[in-house]
Amino acid sequence: MEEDNAMKIIIAGNGKVGAMLTKQLSSEEYDITLIDSDVEILEEVEEQCDVMTVNGNCACMDVLENAGARNADLLIAVTGEDEVNLLCCHTAHNMNTRLHTIARVRNPEYMKQIFEMRRTYGLSMTINPEKQAAVEIYRLLKYPVFLKRDTFAKGRVEIVELEVSKEQKMCGRPLKELESIAGCKILVCSVLRGDDTITPDGGFIPKEGDKLFVTASSANLSIMLKNLGYITQKIKRVIICGGGRVSYYLAQQLINNSISVTIVERNYDRCVKLSTLLPKANVIHGDATNEFLLKSEGIESSDAVVTTTGLDELNVIVSLFGKSCGVPKVITKISRLENNSILDQMSLGSIISPKKLSSDTIVRYVRALRNKEGAAMSVHSIANDQAEAVEFIVDDKTKNCGTPLREIKLKKNILIVCINHKGVTEIPNGDSVFNKDDTVIIVTGSDDVIYQLNDIFQ
Amino acid sequence: MNYKIIGKFVGKILLVEAIFMLPALFISISKGENNSIFGFSCSIIVTTLLGLSLMLGCKNAKKVFYAKEGMVCVAISWFLLSFAGAFPFYISEEIPLFIDALFETVSGFTTTGASILLEVEELPMGLLYWRSFTHWLGGMGVLVFVLAIANGDKSRGGFAMHLLRAESPGPKVGKLVPKMKTTAEILYAMYIALTILNVIFLLLGGMPLFDSLCTAFGTAGTGGFGIKNDSIAGYSPYIQNVCTVFMLLFGVNFSCYYFIFIGNIKAIFKDEELRLYLGLVISSIVCITWNIYKSYNDFGEALRHAAFQVASIITTTGFATTDFDLWPSFSKTILLFLMVVGACAGSTGGGFKCGRALLVFKNLKRNIKHSLHSKSVEVIRVNNHVIEEKVLETTNAYLAAYVFIILASVIIVSLDNFSVTTNITAVLATFNNIGPGLEAVGPTCNFAGFGDISKLVLILDMLAGRLEIFPIMVLFLRSTWRYK
Repeated sequence: MEEDNAMKIIIAGNGKVGAMLTKQLSSEEYDITLIDSDVEILEEVEEQCDVMTVNGNCACMDVLENAGARNADLLIAVTGEDEVNLLCCHTAHNMNTRLHTIARVRNPEYMKQIFEMRRTYGLSMTINPEKQAAVEIYRLLKYPVFLKRDTFAKGRVEIVELEVSKEQKMCGRPLKELESIAGCKILVCSVLRGDDTITPDGGFIPKEGDKLFVTASSANLSIMLKNLGYITQKIKRVIICGGGRVSYYLAQQLINNSISVTIVERNYDRCVKLSTLLPKANVIHGDATNEFLLKSEGIESSDAVVTTTGLDELNVIVSLFGKSCGVPKVITKISRLENNSILDQMSLGSIISPKKLSSDTIVRYVRALRNKEGAAMSVHSIANDQAEAVEFIVDDKTKNCGTPLREIKLKKNILIVCINHKGVTEIPNGDSVFNKDDTVIIVTGSDDVIYQLNDIFQ
Repeated sequence: MNYKIIGKFVGKILLVEAIFMLPALFISISKGENNSIFGFSCSIIVTTLLGLSLMLGCKNAKKVFYAKEGMVCVAISWFLLSFAGAFPFYISEEIPLFIDALFETVSGFTTTGASILLEVEELPMGLLYWRSFTHWLGGMGVLVFVLAIANGDKSRGGFAMHLLRAESPGPKVGKLVPKMKTTAEILYAMYIALTILNVIFLLLGGMPLFDSLCTAFGTAGTGGFGIKNDSIAGYSPYIQNVCTVFMLLFGVNFSCYYFIFIGNIKAIFKDEELRLYLGLVISSIVCITWNIYKSYNDFGEALRHAAFQVASIITTTGFATTDFDLWPSFSKTILLFLMVVGACAGSTGGGFKCGRALLVFKNLKRNIKHSLHSKSVEVIRVNNHVIEEKVLETTNAYLAAYVFIILASVIIVSLDNFSVTTNITAVLATFNNIGPGLEAVGPTCNFAGFGDISKLVLILDMLAGRLEIFPIMVLFLRSTWRYK
């Protein structure tokens, strides 16, 4: 009667990450069942997404039974409580040993035992949005010019986001001259101009304010920046506004790399705790919106400001203040990405969303689970989610192996941006070929999801 | 309001309707019925053009879709559907007045089965087929059908939920499986399978194929258009019994069949609504048989007629094997009561629905208890699931709307100067999508005698009854149209 190929996914908890996942996964071909204890939230979701909902406690066997845990393929537990998530996965895994489980565990105190927990509770994966956000912020602080960085091929290739300004030589010159300006092989795979995403060709002329998504091998990043006229300054002093979990993970990482950290936090008890956990950090008890306080802590001479408080509005305001003080790098944590288009007009620098990072990670896992062969190794959404960069392994079934790229007909809005031949990365041109066991990175701007490499050919 | 996306969807529905007119056209051609060939070809062309122009005119629709759009979309779809469906009757000049043609079509799509035709058998076969087929299409819902065949437009998200809610009967509409498209497919698959089964059983009883198809359509949609003047009375007792069983089957919530399909039979026996429905059916049959058996030759015949009439009325089908208007008052009153209660939620039947009756009754019980223990707190459960207060509130509001509409309609219809029983049962029979009422609209009579205004009111009643009031009422709200 009905084809039962669709993967059955249960999402427990419709918080920030849960809602994002539901939205993203339900638009692809999965059967989604959502569990939450709040009926009103469920009703709202049901009106927006094509999913089924079950009301109740997700760690409860009856509820899991109702949600079809015995036949499901994957359970994603993303309620606000780590313990509930773990219990939920544990219970479900006992009901159905075939079930893959993902739990959100974000309490820093559990991080040391995370591997043991994964084993005992039968977890396939754990995610920690705050930690992921911290890692991402740290990567951006390493190269402050980039608004966003996505890594592929085990760190050898990156797609980075660069904003074009008047000072750069490439401004106003067609892209085909870009390689000679940059002095190394790079490829612009996508351009964000205002709200539009453009898949550029050689004749495309970048304007001021455009955001370019550039593919380059990681080794060439600093040469490229130097030749394109971006000033790279090493970050030595960072002010973090807000002392939440993201700040903790970030400060830890920064301190380990001997960067000086100042954390401004309003809650006194939290300050004490941070100071206990991070002896080397400079913890300030005060309100981050207080300009006098920020100035007296030397915001004008700091190299970067990261705003990670729980309130988006506050983060935006403090970041704007940081920009106006002439801080070279500002990173803003935003939880509600729904108003993204407004934020883009405000030149906030880099925007980090923990829930988006986590849901991207999970979506990647889900797609890999969907078809084990020819599955994407990594997926990153770029250009305001209007394009996606996906990495694939070339296997026996891949068509067009050994054919020069200029002879292969690709679907519209799809670009092959990088080929890795066993550790050697190549930014391809028309003569490039890919062979078995290579990995290929493609950028797609089309609405269709690319599940397999063969999906890109016409 | 997003008029464009509504236009696009309505256009799609008209195209589907045009396609469904084709079999009727072929039947007309094979029988050489010139009038109806002309009628159907013109209707198909007009409907297709209308549908296409709507779809092209609303090409770049924004994809915002809220509850308001869902309700308006369903209501408008049904109006236009009935309008286009009336073309064949009118153009072929078999029904000379357009209001009559519209009445007949609305009665078909809403699975009412109330007719204005004096002599059904004189109608050409193509039109007879179309008339019965509207029942089948209206039974499960045309929009649900479109959802089943629509290619999963991913960006639409949950908008389909609004459509399903507005078109499917019952206090609480849910999906069977996570994907809307699959849900719609499953519903139609079960519907088609049951209909085919019905046709086979009728054929085994020696009924001609054409009659079997039309009768099965009428039964499946719980509609009740017969193709004979005396409805089902002229057929053999076996066929009458087959109809009884299938009418009852189509009056059951379709999710019960899904539970059987996935092997969860326990859930069905625990279903309180199904228990109430079967309890009502059995006790009514017993009471009526006891009441009428003297006027029939033997006990078996009385039982057969009682069972058939009870099944026909409670599922809001409206077939008849005997003129129950001649029955004693007690039996008629029971039928009147069954008219109001109606079938199960989530079935193809109409009426107030057993499920709602259950909720209203439980709520009443709670309130009475509350007047004794003013501090008591009690939640209402059905099938051991807690029913939210919001659902109870909506059910009470539904009851209020239900009563008000009946009262208002009866007052307007009474201008035609029929007896009180006629007026009340005429409204009940149309509003609950049954078909025949009592006295002047009894099973052997029809609605032809009413004036144009009454017919219009009854048409609106039929639509309101089929779509469960709210989508139609929304059309009369100012705030529906005021803001863009």
